[in-house]
Amino acid sequence: MAEFSRGFGARRRASDPQLPPGQYLTDDFPVLSAGPTPRIRIEDWQFAIRTETGATTTWTWDEIHALPIEDVHTDIHCVTRWSKFGTSWRGVSVDTLLADIDSAAPSVMAHSYGGYSTNVPVKDLMGGKAWVVFEFDGEPLAPEHGGPARLLVPHLYFWKSAKWVRGLVLQSRDEPGFWEQNGYNMHGDPWREERYW
Amino acid sequence: MTATPWLPAHVETVTPLTAHARSLVLDVPGWTGSLPGQHLDIRLTAEDGYRAERSYSIASFGPGERVELAVDEVEDGEVSPYLVEEVRPGDFLEVKGPLGQYFVWREDDPSPVQLIAGGSGIVPLLSIARARAAAGTAQPFRLLYSVRSAPDALYADEIEELRARGIPTEWIHTRLAPPGSPRAAGRVSLAELERLTIPPSERPLIYICGPTAFVESTADAVVAAGHPPLRVRTERFGGA
Repeated sequence: MAEFSRGFGARRRASDPQLPPGQYLTDDFPVLSAGPTPRIRIEDWQFAIRTETGATTTWTWDEIHALPIEDVHTDIHCVTRWSKFGTSWRGVSVDTLLADIDSAAPSVMAHSYGGYSTNVPVKDLMGGKAWVVFEFDGEPLAPEHGGPARLLVPHLYFWKSAKWVRGLVLQSRDEPGFWEQNGYNMHGDPWREERYW
Repeated sequence: MTATPWLPAHVETVTPLTAHARSLVLDVPGWTGSLPGQHLDIRLTAEDGYRAERSYSIASFGPGERVELAVDEVEDGEVSPYLVEEVRPGDFLEVKGPLGQYFVWREDDPSPVQLIAGGSGIVPLLSIARARAAAGTAQPFRLLYSVRSAPDALYADEIEELRARGIPTEWIHTRLAPPGSPRAAGRVSLAELERLTIPPSERPLIYICGPTAFVESTADAVVAAGHPPLRVRTERFGGA
């Protein structure tokens, strides 16, 4: 053991094997975003997937709600070090959305209403790992938490779960999105502490 | 792109700012300096190896191996009570950073700047205000600082000095106004916000930092007042 911080540790939190390294547990739901909260009306909402050839598929609010809807219970981990256990969401699996899309692209750029973006590998969005969700804890998703709909990719740091999501663009090359250009990791695995550059 | 390493740091000075906040100057060999508005991570290690990490905004800016932080104590927190009540000069901790490329001010940006702080959200905005004063640039800068009462303000004296160096400050007292204050205590209204900040016609960059509820309501208000959302940068404080 090298140096330690004298007198630190009196108020330590219980450690938990479910908690990734460097995280602490919270019961609150803190908010992190780069700018004002966009307010998008359900009537105006649209979700689009564009492939690397430019083919675009879109869903309205009613159309996406006509797809199979799943309940998701999961832990979430924010790069700012809070984790929250056992959160409950409802939405449509990205597997369902990609089922009829013809693409061989390895990478996705998720785009948000409000102009922000984040990149995610396709393999991190498929196989029951990601959803477009519109309910949290049995209620419509609040705007400050990304409502009316956000991406949910709970096995990555939560900035990859793009709030106010408006679409996914499949691309042949992985490129940094808004958050990644501003210092966050290209992948974002909490168990490997892929926080920053 | 290489991963930012943890750097050993020693506490050089501690200075009380309010009854529940203080500034820490850290001596960090190998620190490469920071842009105004950036933050860093602190890692504390207990004698038995237990560790905790948190993010804090940086109050200082620029090159050098000294870094100033200001820490506001979070009730029933784990790290902030240690940093506010326990740590003293000579103590050891580790830091990683600087972090964040977005909530920053760059000296070569000619935009007018409106800073809006709630409570300890002043810290990164003070860093920006200090940098602007040091740069001697001429673009309009204004600060609006919302605190519960005058004794809750961090860096009040320095903010008054910055006023003389071209950064006018509007004080909002939400719970208790100081004696003789022309403004009664209360939250800032939309009309008041419009009157006290740089108007949309001047296309300012707006930096808002504070507790989540403050940032949410203030960012909504400036957008309602006509500022384009992409000119509004926010940073929200969680707990612990």
